[in-house]
Amino acid sequence: MTTTLARPPQVAARPAARAPRGRATLFWIAKHAVAIALSVMFLGPLVFIALTALMDDHQALTSQLWPHTWNWGNFADIFEKAPLLTWIRNTLLYSVLATVFMLVSSIPVAYALAKFRFPGRKLAFLLVITTMMLPPQVVAVPIYLIWARFHLTGTLWPLILPMLLGDAFSIFLLRQFLVTIPREYSDAARVDGCGEFRTLIRVILPMARPAIAAVALFQFFYCWNDYYGPLLYAGTDLDNWTLSLGLAAFRSVHRVQWNLTMAATILAMAPVIVVFFFAQKVFIEGVKLTGVK
Amino acid sequence: MASTALGRRRHEVPSALRGGRRRANLRALLYLSPWLVGFSVFFLYPLLSTVYFSFQRYDLFTLEPVGLLNYRYFLRDEAAWTAIRNTLWLVVVMVPLRVLFGLGVAQLITKIKAGAGVFRTIFYLPSLVPLVAGTLGFVYLLNPGTGPVQAILGAVGIDSPDWFGDPAWSKWGLTMLGLWSVGDLMVIFMAALLDVPKQLYEAAALDGANAWRQFVHITLPVIRPVLMFATVTGVIQTLQYFTQAMVAARVASGATDSAGSVFVPGYPDQSTLTFPEWLFHQGFRDFAMGYACVLALVLFAVSMVFTLILLRQFRGFAEEEA
Repeated sequence: MTTTLARPPQVAARPAARAPRGRATLFWIAKHAVAIALSVMFLGPLVFIALTALMDDHQALTSQLWPHTWNWGNFADIFEKAPLLTWIRNTLLYSVLATVFMLVSSIPVAYALAKFRFPGRKLAFLLVITTMMLPPQVVAVPIYLIWARFHLTGTLWPLILPMLLGDAFSIFLLRQFLVTIPREYSDAARVDGCGEFRTLIRVILPMARPAIAAVALFQFFYCWNDYYGPLLYAGTDLDNWTLSLGLAAFRSVHRVQWNLTMAATILAMAPVIVVFFFAQKVFIEGVKLTGVK
Repeated sequence: MASTALGRRRHEVPSALRGGRRRANLRALLYLSPWLVGFSVFFLYPLLSTVYFSFQRYDLFTLEPVGLLNYRYFLRDEAAWTAIRNTLWLVVVMVPLRVLFGLGVAQLITKIKAGAGVFRTIFYLPSLVPLVAGTLGFVYLLNPGTGPVQAILGAVGIDSPDWFGDPAWSKWGLTMLGLWSVGDLMVIFMAALLDVPKQLYEAAALDGANAWRQFVHITLPVIRPVLMFATVTGVIQTLQYFTQAMVAARVASGATDSAGSVFVPGYPDQSTLTFPEWLFHQGFRDFAMGYACVLALVLFAVSMVFTLILLRQFRGFAEEEA
């Protein structure tokens, strides 16, 4: 009974299905063609920067695409033209210390906001979001004056030390993740006689590893890429500059040597791109946490 | 009934438990203390201080109360209004274009079967490129003399504009840069698109709705909150737009930092001067710190409006428990 009923539609469906399948193939080709075109647009600038970095300085002033000669020495030259090693060291110091300080101070705050019940917890979280959203320029003048009083302007410390007092964006992101961990886990730990702090360290932190990795990477690269902060605080002494600060001024120091400027640009991009290929999933999951559900 | 039960329970809380609650609150205070100190020292105090300084003339050495002078100056500071117009341009043109482009790219990837992962990686990558590096690259790339864009446009008979050297095109140059680094929006939109229940599409397909109608009547309504969220956060981020404009103007103008001369942002012809740039220049290059505080309060007021919209519209953002 069922087989006889099932058969006729199947036979009838065949010819009708053929036309859409042809169209589906066309769609398949069109979609992939667009995707490939977009890939060229997204990757093009990076490839072009890399090729220019390998040209000699005369060719870099033309719109030619392919280097006549491959000047790998450009990557060595940039270290002689500018105190790049000092800038890299300063940038690393800023990025590493800021990230470590941020983790130490922000994880407990995010945990309290996600799991503790106390009066004003909703208000506290709203204030975290507000400080995260407001432009840093709003409170820049008085903060600058605070650091000037401690004679720390002209150094990178005004960018590093505040990280000991929590970072709103990281608190927000960690809290969004910690909220999703079922309460049963911490309850079970408590039944086993774990104190609240031990519960955080032994039970919650291992579960929150993806989120912690994401905020650490975001913080590290925020500092690595930061231009506004060092521009405000690092002052005029080249020895205190970071890589982005030096990169932005690189061309004005060495006027028209675009090939060297692009080589320095590649140098600044490289760590980000390398880390991304190893930790792509961490980035993507972290970005998702910043959205609404 | 329920209320009396609750009421009785509250009375019956043993004193030991009430002590426990006090201890729990103290513990919360302890965990929150880094942020509480940070919030007071690096936000609350500076905010109040900004209000105070806005009524002063202050150049790091002398402090002199001047009443509303800074505010009156703001009203006729033409550069400030140019900066406001430029920032508004970016909000009105760049933010929607980024959202539309991000949505388009995300939609494309979710529809692709072969190589979706590779395409996602390629499309996301530029958003990680350091802002200074990306901006430098784009200034070089779009420069008609050195970049390939002239060659490509020339092939179809169009003369490429002098993107970062022409006041009419410089903001479009920055917009191109913004579209290139659309990856973070794309990831958020992809997550939203994949969350749309499949049954909705199946039901619509049975009713004979084509792909376009499915997109308009199912996809868009379901992901509308995410689009709104991306737009509002995009506006807030654009109010802080600083690095790309600063670096592009600096590199395109070929400015050198010789002793005694200070680089004035906005090249060419103030066309890329954004509001935060002007604030920075007034406060930390011209050391008109009192006046910079007036600009800071204007920026605070506008950002606060959009932050409140965000908090009101997206209660789920601050959800209690998932």
